[in-house]
Formats: sequence, structure tokens, C-alpha cells
Amino acid sequence: MNDFSKPVPVADSDSAPFWEGCRAHRLMIQRCGSCKTPRFPPMRTCPKCHSTETEWFKASGRGTVYSWIVVQHPVPREVYGQDVPYVVALIDLEEGVRMVSNVIGLDPHAIIGNMPVEVTFEEGQGGVVLPKFKPREA
Amino acid sequence: MFTLRDKYAIAGIGETAYTKNSGTTVLNLAVEACQKAADDAGVPVEEIDGIVSYNFGDSVPAIGVATALGIPNAGYAVDFAGGGNAANLITLTAAAAIEAGLAKSVLCFRAMNGRSGFRLGGGREFQARGITQYTAPFGWITYPQAMAMWCRRHMIEYGTTAEQLGSVAVTFRENASLNERAMQRERITMDDYMASRFIVEPFRMLDICLESDGACAVLVTKAEHARDLKHKPVYIMGGAYGGGPNQGEDLFDAIRWPDHSQNYAAYIADDLWRSAGVGPSDVDVAEIYDCFTYSVIMQLEGFGFCKPGEGGPFVASGAIKRDGSLPLNTHGGLLSEAYIHGLNHVLEAVRQLRGDAGPRQIADAEIALTTAGAMTCGSAMVLRA
Repeated sequence: MNDFSKPVPVADSDSAPFWEGCRAHRLMIQRCGSCKTPRFPPMRTCPKCHSTETEWFKASGRGTVYSWIVVQHPVPREVYGQDVPYVVALIDLEEGVRMVSNVIGLDPHAIIGNMPVEVTFEEGQGGVVLPKFKPREA
Repeated sequence: MFTLRDKYAIAGIGETAYTKNSGTTVLNLAVEACQKAADDAGVPVEEIDGIVSYNFGDSVPAIGVATALGIPNAGYAVDFAGGGNAANLITLTAAAAIEAGLAKSVLCFRAMNGRSGFRLGGGREFQARGITQYTAPFGWITYPQAMAMWCRRHMIEYGTTAEQLGSVAVTFRENASLNERAMQRERITMDDYMASRFIVEPFRMLDICLESDGACAVLVTKAEHARDLKHKPVYIMGGAYGGGPNQGEDLFDAIRWPDHSQNYAAYIADDLWRSAGVGPSDVDVAEIYDCFTYSVIMQLEGFGFCKPGEGGPFVASGAIKRDGSLPLNTHGGLLSEAYIHGLNHVLEAVRQLRGDAGPRQIADAEIALTTAGAMTCGSAMVLRA
């Protein structure tokens, strides 16, 4: 597997705490410092109350599979050829935000809608740690 | 809401051949389609003063085409950053620009070497910055992968099936078999569909549109001007663009979209029908944006042709065939004619309303719907003969 060709997340002023959290195996989520509404992806201004006060909290890591796909045809082949089939999913965290990740640790065809999952962290190239999800007991 | 009902018309249409390798530049394709649209209308290029297009960084600027065509002064020359969502939007803004006095006759075009040049389906850039840092590192990169995620949610909520998706692919290919311009004309069966290999489950190869080199153009003028030209005008009754809150940071991004079983159509349907003064039951023929089979189902529900969750049974019932209650994508669509990002749908609607669709003609077609877009934002128009 040629890990070095995969897209590496480039942290910015809004996302740095999220990626730092992943490196420490903590799933950090941003919320509005004023109305406390959690949001993902992170950004400076709250779309609900327009406050620019932000704070971060450690999410439980528990969620459910909102939707998922099984990638069979690798694009590009030289990067993902040895990874297929792999699962990409939209995960609804119990704190009320949705994020993209991979579901790992089971047969892709054993996944069902709204399945309970929990976060696990996978180390990749260049010091990047990605939050991934595995099945959990409901 | 669009308030220019019947005041503007499509007076001319033009297109190139649709191929896998045009052997020429995108500029040449754009110029060919635009020149043909002007000629079709009978408007000298010297009288055209507006030109508008949309692209993903895969095309040529409107001013470049105006220059190559010899337009004396392109006073309204605009490039929208967009994909399929913008095909009807540019036509609506052409009418708006004329109404505002910014131009008198506006060419709207889409041109690309989508197979031999920049392949949109081939993936996105591998620098995971901005919104892409939350998607691409997980191997979520291509548009088929994006839309498959929406489709799965519809399956979870409503039990939508592979056979229902397949009925869209089979029907549109049947239509394309009657279209000499279509890139894929060989009929397929449901068995062929089910046997086609998975690209990204739940999508098979035959759920995914073509990649095409080619260009399309339409010429928009005031209705009274169009009535003096070569063809019977096709009037713009109404239109709408948008998709509500949380449309995301780019066309791919739908992380904050609340319900992936419905797309932009559900948000703009009311404006669309109110602007046109007609409803879904008045439509004789519809050209629905079909970058994937599934996007058709979501739009039929969103625009009110059936209830949420009933799109699968609706397409499988035969209603969308040429002899059904709502003939769809009579040219074969993006799935079988060509992928010119939805502007080819507008050209087909114009042909149907002129009565020029040859063996594909829907008898007495007077009102047509064209839609563009599949995910969080899109545009639609109602046209009439």
C-alpha cells in the first residue's frame, strides 16, 4: 500500500484542535461558546447565533451509521488498489453532529443502517491520526 | 422568485458532436456550439452582446469565446463556478440580465473535453485542504462515491432497490437508441444492468453517467424578438435555483445536509411551480438531471411527481417511458446521450417543444421541465411551446 499518495489533511486555524485531538486519541468537537450548539466542521462563526466565541469538548466517540458506501473501484488505482473494498460512512455522533469516516473491523456487507459504532484511532503517514469507527454494542 | 413568465425565450440551440476524444480544443467546441445556436436562431453574431457559462476550471472563459466568435462588445460576459447545478441557472440569469438592460441577446454555453481532457469523475485534487480535509483522507473522493452515499440513505429509509435504479438506466438507454447523437445507443436489459460491476456500492457501472467531450449552447432573447426569428420560440415560463440552508462549502460537501434522502429539488419546487403558474401534472415531458440513476428518483420526489419514498416504485412502474405518464430524458440523458452537465437536457426540451425530436418526439408536447443538479443545490426551468 502506497500510503504516501493518500490525501493528507492540512490543518488550518479552525481545524487544528480537531487534528491535535486525534493525535492524542481524543475526538474533539467544537461548539459555540455562547449558545453551546456543537458544530462540525469547525469554523469561527456560529451559524445559529453568529457568536464568534468557540470552545472544544471531548466527544463520547459513540455514534450511529447514517449512511455508507462500499468502494469497489479504486480511484486512483495506484493509491487505493490494495484497499478496496473499503467503507466510507456518514457517522451521526450522539452529541448531534455528523462526520465522515471509515467503518473498520467488520465485513463491509455486515453493515446495516443506523448501526451503533464507536471511535477508534488509526495512525497513518506523516504523523496523521485519523478517527475511524468500529461496531459497538448498542 | 422568478417573475418573468413568458417574457423571454430560447430562440436558438447549437451543439457539437459528443465524443470520447474531440481532437480539438475546448475553445473550438464552445465556438462551434455558440455559432450554431446563433445560426439556428438567425441572429447575426454581431447582434449578440451577452455570453454566460459555468465550469469547474475545465473550460474556457466567456470572454474568450466572445473574442473567438467576433462579438463586438460582450457587455454581459459571466462565468459561474459550478457543475450540473448551473445549467438552468445560467439561462435564467440570461433573461434577468436582458430584463435589467445589461444585454439584448445572450448565449449560454457549456463546453468541455470531459473525457480526453479534465475528467471530473476521476477524482479531486489530493491536497486535503479546507472542507476536503474532512472527506478525502477517508478515501471519499469521487462524485460517484458522493452520490452513492445519498442513495444508500434512501434505501435505508424507503427500501429503494437495485431493480428500481436499473429501470432508470434501461429506460434512458432505450431512448438513446433513437437518438443519433447519443454516445451509447445499444439497448440494455435489466439482466445487463444487474450484471454490470459495482463501482461503489450501491452503484454499478450502469448507474453512472458518461464522460464526454462536447459543447452545447442556447440563445436567449426577449420573447417579442424571438417571435421574429427562424424558429417558434420556446418560452421560459418559470425557474428556480437554490437548495435551502446547509448547501455546504462546495458541490461535494453535504456534511451538514439534514436529510440525504432528499436533495435541492424539495427546496426549490414551490418557487419553481409558482413562478411558472403550472404544476407537475401539467408537464408533458421532463429532462431530469441524471448524473446517476438515483438522482432522478430524488428529483421526482422533490418536484412533486410522487411522494417522498415513492420514487423507486414510480420509475419502475413504466411511468417514465416514452409512452408513460411522464416521459423522461427522451434523448438518453447524461447516462446515455452525453455528459454536457445538463445543458444538453435544455436542448432536448427545446427540440421536443418545437416538435423536432424525430423518432423520439412526444406527441403534443407543450410543457417541459428541465432540471440540473443532484445534491444540495440545483436549478430548474419550466419551458413551453
